[in-house]
Amino acid sequence: MTSEPLEEYLESILDIEEKEGIAKTSAIAKCLKVSPASVTEALQVLSEKGFIHYEPYRGATLTDHGREMAKKVKRRHRLLEVFLTDILHINREKVHDEACKMEHTLSDETECALCKLLKAPARCPHGSLIEACDRRVESCSACLAEKEMACGSARDHPLIPLTALEPGQKGVIAFIRGDNRVVQRLSDLGLTFKTEIALVRKAPLLGPVEISVRKTRLALDHAIADHVFVQECVEKA
Amino acid sequence: MAGCENCSGCSRPSPGAPVRDEYVVALAGNANVGKSATFNQLTGIDQDIGNWPGKTVERAEGILQHRGQRIRIIDLPGIYSISTLSTEEQVSREFIAHDHPDVVVNVIDASALERNLFFTLQLSELESPLILTLNQMDLASEKGIVIDLRKLSEILGVPVIPTVAIHGKGMAELSDAILEAVRTRPRPHIIEYGREVEDRIRKIMALLPTGAGGYPPRWTAIKLLEGDSDTVWEAKKQSPEAVQAAQVFGKELEKMHGEPVGTILSGERYHVSEYIVSEVMKIRTRSDNRISLTEWIDKIALHPVLGYVLLVLAIGGLLGWTFIIGAWLSDHLTVFLAGIAPLHPLVSGSVTDIVFNGAWTGLVAALTLIIPYVIPFYLFLSLIEDSGFLTRFSLMLDMGMHKLGLHGKAIIPLILGFGCSVPACFACRIIESPKQKFIAAFLVTLVPCSARIIVILSIVAVFVNIWWAFALFLFEFILIVILGRIAFRVIPGESVGMIMEMPDYHVPSSSVVLGQTWTRTRSLIWIVLPSYVIGSIAITAAYAAGLLGPINTLLSPITVLLLGLPALTGIVFVFGIIRKEMTILTLAALFGTTVFSAVLTPVQLIVFALVTMIYIPCLSTILALAQEFGWRQAISICLIEIGLAVGIGAVAFRVMSLVL
Repeated sequence: MTSEPLEEYLESILDIEEKEGIAKTSAIAKCLKVSPASVTEALQVLSEKGFIHYEPYRGATLTDHGREMAKKVKRRHRLLEVFLTDILHINREKVHDEACKMEHTLSDETECALCKLLKAPARCPHGSLIEACDRRVESCSACLAEKEMACGSARDHPLIPLTALEPGQKGVIAFIRGDNRVVQRLSDLGLTFKTEIALVRKAPLLGPVEISVRKTRLALDHAIADHVFVQECVEKA
Repeated sequence: MAGCENCSGCSRPSPGAPVRDEYVVALAGNANVGKSATFNQLTGIDQDIGNWPGKTVERAEGILQHRGQRIRIIDLPGIYSISTLSTEEQVSREFIAHDHPDVVVNVIDASALERNLFFTLQLSELESPLILTLNQMDLASEKGIVIDLRKLSEILGVPVIPTVAIHGKGMAELSDAILEAVRTRPRPHIIEYGREVEDRIRKIMALLPTGAGGYPPRWTAIKLLEGDSDTVWEAKKQSPEAVQAAQVFGKELEKMHGEPVGTILSGERYHVSEYIVSEVMKIRTRSDNRISLTEWIDKIALHPVLGYVLLVLAIGGLLGWTFIIGAWLSDHLTVFLAGIAPLHPLVSGSVTDIVFNGAWTGLVAALTLIIPYVIPFYLFLSLIEDSGFLTRFSLMLDMGMHKLGLHGKAIIPLILGFGCSVPACFACRIIESPKQKFIAAFLVTLVPCSARIIVILSIVAVFVNIWWAFALFLFEFILIVILGRIAFRVIPGESVGMIMEMPDYHVPSSSVVLGQTWTRTRSLIWIVLPSYVIGSIAITAAYAAGLLGPINTLLSPITVLLLGLPALTGIVFVFGIIRKEMTILTLAALFGTTVFSAVLTPVQLIVFALVTMIYIPCLSTILALAQEFGWRQAISICLIEIGLAVGIGAVAFRVMSLVL
């Protein structure tokens, strides 16, 4: 089990890695406001536990396991932020720090319940995308219909939000978040589960996303595209 | 059956089928598949365009005369499915189920067979006689797509006709097939779903009484399973057991699949459609190095910088061109029409003279607005639209439109508004959610239409300077943005994000472009012409009856005290309700001069133009709004705008008096 500060490390490595490719010790130290020496120490621990690849003097990158863990914490962090702003009406500037403290103590069950309470939000109050949960479901209605909290088995493959694909990259639809109407509208246009979908182009400034599915091309509002999650396609040679 | 004696081509109706004067055929299909082109080719110019009763959905119908038989063709709205309850989908399914068209013609895009067949499957569940037309066969074969038409026809059990509607190819064959089908009434085969779904459908069907609600039992069973609220409501009275069973089955399926039952059925339909495609379609491999024309153009049109440059050029060019051409045409037309009968308001004379004079000036005013400005504008807009560029502009502007609480598609009515607000109000129909539809219509009434652009140009640009004219336009756009944001917050309802198909670019077809221009122009002739003529008669009558003084006195607290304008302008604003560009003529007539700078100060000129721009939608637009949204909404828009105009005008007068 990762202890609280180590999860913080994973989160910041994820952030830095997304921007710069590799998380340098100095960058992590700056981000977490700690000394470089304690970063080095923590990175060694994380590396031993198999969460990161760590090369002294170059920096750290997440392993698949570590990335999954980091994304899970990120998801909880953002869900908590939505909860704090929308339900508890706490000032938006304060929720980040608050959520940072709470995210590490959240159980899977509470996370699930929170997601249901908030009706599976797509973005945090600051506009960042909330990752899909790792329950083995194809849409949110499966969760929302349940009365009892029976946290299902976890997914085998990590999910990628459609909006995170690069132009030209393909994926297979695995999960569509949101209420029935969104899911129905998308599936009527051919975005059914297990359908191959390719990202054609992203408009700048979170504009619409152009996709290609079943030999037709569609422009989706970014807010709708946020709901679609795919498994990356492995290109057949 | 006129003309049958001279015609040897058609086989006479079989003895069993009753011969009727007129058959009814419905055209159904996705958007952007060439349905309108097919409709135009079949019916020619003889079309009747209106609304579905009580709905803000366009209904087009026309007559096809083929081999002496009269066939009425109804163009249903372009939709992708009959499962969610949009108004378009409701209209389509009610028409097919209740009005029993003799044949439904399903227009399909041959190069997107899988998606289109999904809709065909839903149509076939309505169990109407069906014909399939595979349109855009030329584009499909360019993409290397080969379709086995005979096999497709065998699987579905209905005739399949290949067409290229924009070039009129296959239309004779389609017309023949329609004539044939009204006799033979080809019913589509029932296409079965997977076991677990199919079994449940049958069990529900067994519980249904025959002939309930006009829909076929299988359709009703499927809709009950999907939990379609209308069907459930209908069936509850007659067969509550079936409704209950459907609910239980639905829950079972949801448990098995972990997704809502509606999407399970969509998935099933797509599964069937994938199977059919795999049976009938082959793709010949082609050299993939060649980048398609569409991809190439999209690289520019959707480029983060070049795209916007193109957009500004296109819309700027559209407006510039229209007003250069328009001014030139308008001058010549006015001179020509003034030669037929004088255009000056008649203040005295017999009643017939006054009425004739009013009607004539109204007619001329309408013609000199519609012919020179509005028609060229719509012609070029249709070109941009039909070629595929407008969809790209919608995409590029989607984010901007979000700021107004709208989405990219709303750019179409907003641009149309530069021509005339009336068709622009009708164009708001393309927006899905009622809330966004209303916001778009409200903002459309604020977009400077050609009449208002003429007022600004001929009052402010001529007598103050061009920069103040630009400043007024800029102010108007800022106002639109602010009001859009407020309306988005204040008006209740749900906003729906954009899902839009991106069609390939193609050379615009003259029949579609002309057809669309004509449709838009006609919607405006029916409303603008009568209100101009009747309004002008009323004005001339008011002149003659000497009502000007009392009206001016009545309005002087607003015009003189608040806006700082001469009392005479009161009557000008009243006449302006009938037509905005009328304000210039009235002003000239009342002051006895066309040199407005001699009688009004620059501040007064600007305030006058500003108020004219905002203060109320013109009579024609109010009628259009009332037709689309009801009188309550139309009147509230008017009141809001009157309040705004007076408020803004009063502030502008005081601020500018200090500056200028």
